[in-house]
Amino acid sequence: MKLSNTSRESLAAYGFLLPNFSGFLIFTSLPILASLALSFSVWDALSAPPKFVGLDNYIALFKDRYFWKYCWNTVYLMMSIPIGMAGSLLLAILLNQKLRGIVFFRTVYFLPTICSGVAIYMLWKLIYNPDFGVLNTMIAKLGECLGLVLKGPYWLTDELWAKPALIIMGVWQSVGGYNMILYLAALQGVPRDLYDAAEVDGANGWQKFWNVTWPQISPTTFFIAIMSIIGGFQAGFDPAYIMTGGGPNGATTTIIYYLYNNAFIWLHMGYAAAIAWVLFLIVFTLTIFQWRFFGGTVHYT
Amino acid sequence: MVENNTHKPEQGAPAKKMDQAEIEIYRQAKTIERVITIQQLKRRQRLKDIVRKFGIYALLALGAVSMVGPFLWMVTTSLKEAGDVYSYQKEWWREWIPTTFVWQNYVKAWQVVPFARFYLNSIFVTLLITLGQVSTSALAAYAFARLRFPGRDRLFFGYLATMMVPGAVTMIPVFILLEKFGWIDTYKAMILPAVFTAYGTFMLRQFFLTLPRDLEDAAKIDGCSYFGIFWRIILPLSKPALATLTTFTFMGSWMSFMWPLIVMNTHGKFTLPIGLAYFQNLHTTDWTLLMAGSVMMILPILIVFTFNQRFFVEGIKLTGIKG
Repeated sequence: MKLSNTSRESLAAYGFLLPNFSGFLIFTSLPILASLALSFSVWDALSAPPKFVGLDNYIALFKDRYFWKYCWNTVYLMMSIPIGMAGSLLLAILLNQKLRGIVFFRTVYFLPTICSGVAIYMLWKLIYNPDFGVLNTMIAKLGECLGLVLKGPYWLTDELWAKPALIIMGVWQSVGGYNMILYLAALQGVPRDLYDAAEVDGANGWQKFWNVTWPQISPTTFFIAIMSIIGGFQAGFDPAYIMTGGGPNGATTTIIYYLYNNAFIWLHMGYAAAIAWVLFLIVFTLTIFQWRFFGGTVHYT
Repeated sequence: MVENNTHKPEQGAPAKKMDQAEIEIYRQAKTIERVITIQQLKRRQRLKDIVRKFGIYALLALGAVSMVGPFLWMVTTSLKEAGDVYSYQKEWWREWIPTTFVWQNYVKAWQVVPFARFYLNSIFVTLLITLGQVSTSALAAYAFARLRFPGRDRLFFGYLATMMVPGAVTMIPVFILLEKFGWIDTYKAMILPAVFTAYGTFMLRQFFLTLPRDLEDAAKIDGCSYFGIFWRIILPLSKPALATLTTFTFMGSWMSFMWPLIVMNTHGKFTLPIGLAYFQNLHTTDWTLLMAGSVMMILPILIVFTFNQRFFVEGIKLTGIKG
């Protein structure tokens, strides 16, 4: 045997790593560095090599009122997070009762999450159609029943209503999905004797929730919140592209949509890279915040 | 208290005989009363339970209706006469049940755009991404979880660190790179960048770490190679984690929209999501066909989900550990 055991093991390890690592290098590591370099330059992807401009892109971005507007849009659309989380928790509590048919309901609630994507955005575009979408039709019918003339808003083409429309859709999509399952797991992990103790003390259902359940599942709440916010900053491209084209008047353009337009429509590659790095800084800060909070420990299973 | 009283007369004076009878009556009455109270309590409890259950079911059903409603309307619309979509129906339920079922819409949608082609492309791309991601992730994860080599921890930290980097950061350089390779508008452009992920590696590594080492040690003594251990021991033990990663990767690539949109130009090579978006641009007004197309796009996902539901739930709990 020529090689020692340790070097044989190392060699084997590099063999196992090779396929993934080479791809990782080409499609992740190096592009990250390239992207950073690009964010300090101006380039239209067609002509001459990128020109180094220092911090110009970042300064321009800081002064770009559209960028700030789209940041605000992104944050506004994240209103679906607290609403969705409250809904997820409520559903999880309902599903945590030992009743028959729970699996059926869990499946049904999960449907919008697994079916998300272009087909669903198209469906909701039609649902929100002011003239023949089912939502406004139902609103009008409801009005008829009550003897009123009710007319739903122009959802996606009204600057005021476009964001709420996307938020409603977002809540519908996510309420019964991943977060609900995480909450369900967390609820099942709350020790039974804590409830028993609370009952002995004469606590009612509401008090048991606020004094036992809520503190016990708070790590899950925190985890979901941070993960959703991280996702939220990067979200909004697919629905905006399919449903609104970022409009009306930029009301549904998010950071990622602006990045896409800069990079692949207007070919401002350097500027787009700078947007991507600002996005990274936001995500990075949130992740560090989360790690600090958790102290690297895990509160699940 | 009542029982104490019944013992008393035995020790007490005869004069208390009347009392004893009285006490007996009192005792019986008390017992009956108590029996009634317990029964009532039980009944009340049962009633309360029924009301509670009913309330829960009512809430759950209401939620379920609002979840399924849009889907139902999608199917309805896909079966309507094209004109019926625009016309105002007198009865509210006409919104939900078509006047005539136009199955032809599905045939038409299939003919108007090369749907069969989109399907094949999607299946091809998704299968390759899934296969590539799961296999390369598993190989790398085994090295990180079980083998010792110089620089392991630093390298793993590098993997972890890139998980924080938004996809948007690498999007532009990867696009430029693919353009340099002349790979834009090829299947490679859709597949390769999606194969090598830190996430899959991380998830499988975490799972491999939980496996007991005894079997491997035994295999090592028997002269089993590292690959033999990986193939015959680690992989069979990791079926749940592999199934989870497979399911998630499959769903993710099946739905993937932005990246294919960026790198693909020829409709013949489109996957379903961008194909559907292209279809929308062609036929903005024919909603029945669009909905038929949407139904057809969702169908495979529903089938995959129905058979792999368990992996979803387990997988979510598993990835929840990520925190």
